[in-house]
Amino acid sequence: MPREIKFCKGRRKFLIAGGIGGAAFLLGVYFKTGRELPKSTVELWRNIPDGFHPNAWLSIDGKGAVTVRINHSEMGQGITTALSMIIAEELEADWSKVDVQIAPADAVYKNPAFNTQMTAASTSVRTSWDILRKAGATAREMLIAAAAGTWNVPAGQCRAETGIVVHNPTQRRLAYGELTSKAAQLPIPGNVTLKKPENYRIIGHSYLRLDTIAKITGEAVFGIDVQLPSLLTAKIVRPPIIGATLDKFDARRVNSMPGVGSVLAIDSGVAVVADTFWQAKQAADMLEIKWSAKGCDDLSSEKFSQQWAELAAKEEGRSIYKKGDVQKAMSNASKTIRAVYELPFQGHATPEPMNCTAYVRDGKCDIWAPTQHQDATQEIAAKITGLPYKDVTIHTTFVGGGLGRRIAVDYVAEAVQISKAMKKPVKVIWTREDDIQNDLYRPASYNVVTAGMDQNGLPIAWAHKIVGPDHMAQALPGLIPSMIPYWAPRGARNLASSIFDTIAPRVIPGKKIIEGAGPLPYAIDNLQVNYIYADPGIPTGFWRSVAYSQNTFVVESFLDEIAAATGRDSFDLRDRLLVNTPLLRNVLRLAAEKIRWQEKPAVDLFRGIAALEFHDTLLGMIAEVSVSKHGEVRVKRFVCAVDCGVVINPKIVVAQIESGITFGLTATFKGQITINKGQVNQSNFDEFPLLSMHEMPQVEVYLVPSSRPPTGIGETAVPLVAPAVANAVFAATGKRIRKLPIDPDDLLDS
Amino acid sequence: MLTLRVNGAIHKLVVDPDTPLLWVLREQLGLTGTKYSCGIAECGACTVHVDGEAVLSCVTPVGEVAGTDITTIEGFYGQVAEALRRAWIAEDVPQCGYCQPGQIMTAAKLLQEKSHPTDRAIDDAMSAVLCRCGTYPAIRRAIHRAAEKL
Ligand code: FES
Ligand code: FES
Repeated sequence: MPREIKFCKGRRKFLIAGGIGGAAFLLGVYFKTGRELPKSTVELWRNIPDGFHPNAWLSIDGKGAVTVRINHSEMGQGITTALSMIIAEELEADWSKVDVQIAPADAVYKNPAFNTQMTAASTSVRTSWDILRKAGATAREMLIAAAAGTWNVPAGQCRAETGIVVHNPTQRRLAYGELTSKAAQLPIPGNVTLKKPENYRIIGHSYLRLDTIAKITGEAVFGIDVQLPSLLTAKIVRPPIIGATLDKFDARRVNSMPGVGSVLAIDSGVAVVADTFWQAKQAADMLEIKWSAKGCDDLSSEKFSQQWAELAAKEEGRSIYKKGDVQKAMSNASKTIRAVYELPFQGHATPEPMNCTAYVRDGKCDIWAPTQHQDATQEIAAKITGLPYKDVTIHTTFVGGGLGRRIAVDYVAEAVQISKAMKKPVKVIWTREDDIQNDLYRPASYNVVTAGMDQNGLPIAWAHKIVGPDHMAQALPGLIPSMIPYWAPRGARNLASSIFDTIAPRVIPGKKIIEGAGPLPYAIDNLQVNYIYADPGIPTGFWRSVAYSQNTFVVESFLDEIAAATGRDSFDLRDRLLVNTPLLRNVLRLAAEKIRWQEKPAVDLFRGIAALEFHDTLLGMIAEVSVSKHGEVRVKRFVCAVDCGVVINPKIVVAQIESGITFGLTATFKGQITINKGQVNQSNFDEFPLLSMHEMPQVEVYLVPSSRPPTGIGETAVPLVAPAVANAVFAATGKRIRKLPIDPDDLLDS
Repeated sequence: MLTLRVNGAIHKLVVDPDTPLLWVLREQLGLTGTKYSCGIAECGACTVHVDGEAVLSCVTPVGEVAGTDITTIEGFYGQVAEALRRAWIAEDVPQCGYCQPGQIMTAAKLLQEKSHPTDRAIDDAMSAVLCRCGTYPAIRRAIHRAAEKL
């Protein structure tokens, strides 16, 4: 259903003419944040004063145009469309009249999963499902009541459809636009009836994404595209060695270069501010900087794995998850196996590099950022400027890939610091090199797994020891201040942050880093996951599916090792072990049926299987690969079955699975971050390559019909890719992949 | 002073001729549809047409394209453009959307050369443009769909 969208060229001209206010209006999908206290509905909708706004989520004007407020960032996952569809369904809206807009900061717009306005962990649809359906249904009931009142008939004789209320006996009709003023006078009903799924006409359909047109015309405004009058651009030179700090710099050669306005030290390095990015970059390259010697220049990737291996041998680690008595069961086992799995640090390489535009002046601060985390963006700006929240306005642009990187706000802090010093609007743009070298990496890990089998070859004991850093321990101190209620004073926030900084490494580690390692969906009676916290000081952070991407590789590969060691088919083994989780078993069976697991694949093709319960999303994935005699692996095909509850927009769900597979393949075959003498070895796509089109296999996705409430989808396919491929490689070569990314040399016959 | 013809309009610019075309388009002409992602000819996000050829604007000094005819996503019209955009809509290709201008400009060149490309030809041409979001299967479908209309 092609539709007219409001991202048009004429408006961009207005962006320049209209200055800040105009620009804010233009950014397509954006949010405004800035109030300390929860606002009334009237206040929330001050930008659309006329019309009917029964709650924080939707407004209808006199022409019947529906404006939906989205409290999540659009970073490709299709959330602006999916959430609008949920509201439109219950509202019985005319979909062609639905648009998405501004969600100002308010307690009501926080993500209930985290108590901060953040798009993360595949939580958006799941947390919005009840709230938005109720919001839509409330409005619908009030519009029906308004029409019934107008006709003086019982509301029960009326129905709503496609933006119109119809009086059933007489077929009289009133459009929503004609009912807004009357509806606005009515009391808000406490209890509303939600639609029965069999009556859905929007949910379950592959409506065109609301952002597609803007994205194929070049009109979509990402953070890096923000334009303002007199906007300056900054390029920052950061220490090459992790942990090093600035000693001094000499800007004499640079100050006179064309366009250069200023060279200044900020927390993360030295910023060169110029009229254009290219001028700033040219000047930055000429800058003479002396860094303090104090960096972590003894850090090297090889050393970590050695140290972690020693730690694993020496220490038990903390027991984070425990079921039954592993030790006892292990001693009763008729066979045991043990393996070591290693995963590297991983970069995000969001297609749009980090960037942020800030304008700090006269007691006000505006931020334009492709952020996943509005509250933290606001918090860091408030902290740096000393301004109250109400004077810090966040404009969220389209996000050119989030992948978890933009939960952090390091790049926001830079822009605010520079703009504060210069009192001018400044856009900070990271080069790709900056981006890959100053990322907050998915943690690396060293895993020792042991399993004991009974005489039937079924695992009765499973012990998994994880060694490595925990991203949560590093990230949480930064997140805490934005999770505190708006009214808490600045001092309390700063204190909370610094307390967390100190105690986080002691209390946090292990809680999240074991996700995907335990509990497991498999019927293994004795299971234990231990964790040894070993943080060498490499900056870490969230990464599409984070710990699941590490642990699922270990778990699903090792399960395959058990199958191989006991002579069982790897599908059969899982099928048996999924007795207590029939939903996941069904999903895996569907995948196996679609690929015809019981039949042999064509010559030279080999299959690997993996299953996953990601929160309450269930997935089964089978990869089909061929391996050349040079050890080159070609993935030909993926079959993925998914149960993610009620599907809002099937096309978007399928796209997210394809997306997760692409992302997972890059991590399986290509990308990794390695450190040498405290320096990141990779710096651009030549050294941190991404999967390209000719390497993309055929993908088939099967959605399991379900009446469960919708779960999450954005990250869910990622963790399955590496184990499905690695297990297929084992089927092809007899060689077990225990280290990522896959090295073709390891697959050569020795 | 340098004269640049972009999307049919003439611009007289004061600019260092070594500046990559990409940044002149984005910062001086306000044509932000053309994207920066790597700056070293590795990703294709910055693809534009120069005299009908697909060119990576991040490594093209603006001085070299003075006097040529430059087309960016904002000024990309015509039969091929129309067919591609319709196909992109039918397949609902974009995810984050960041690479899409580069994908479309590259696909256009492919279709001009081969009106009915095979999967292999699509792979060969389109591997020049990286998509971190993995819209590759959708792009493949969309290019076939557009080819049918041409
Ligand atoms: S930005 Fe030009 S090829 Fe990547
Ligand atoms: S759509 Fe996001 S990089 Fe291609």
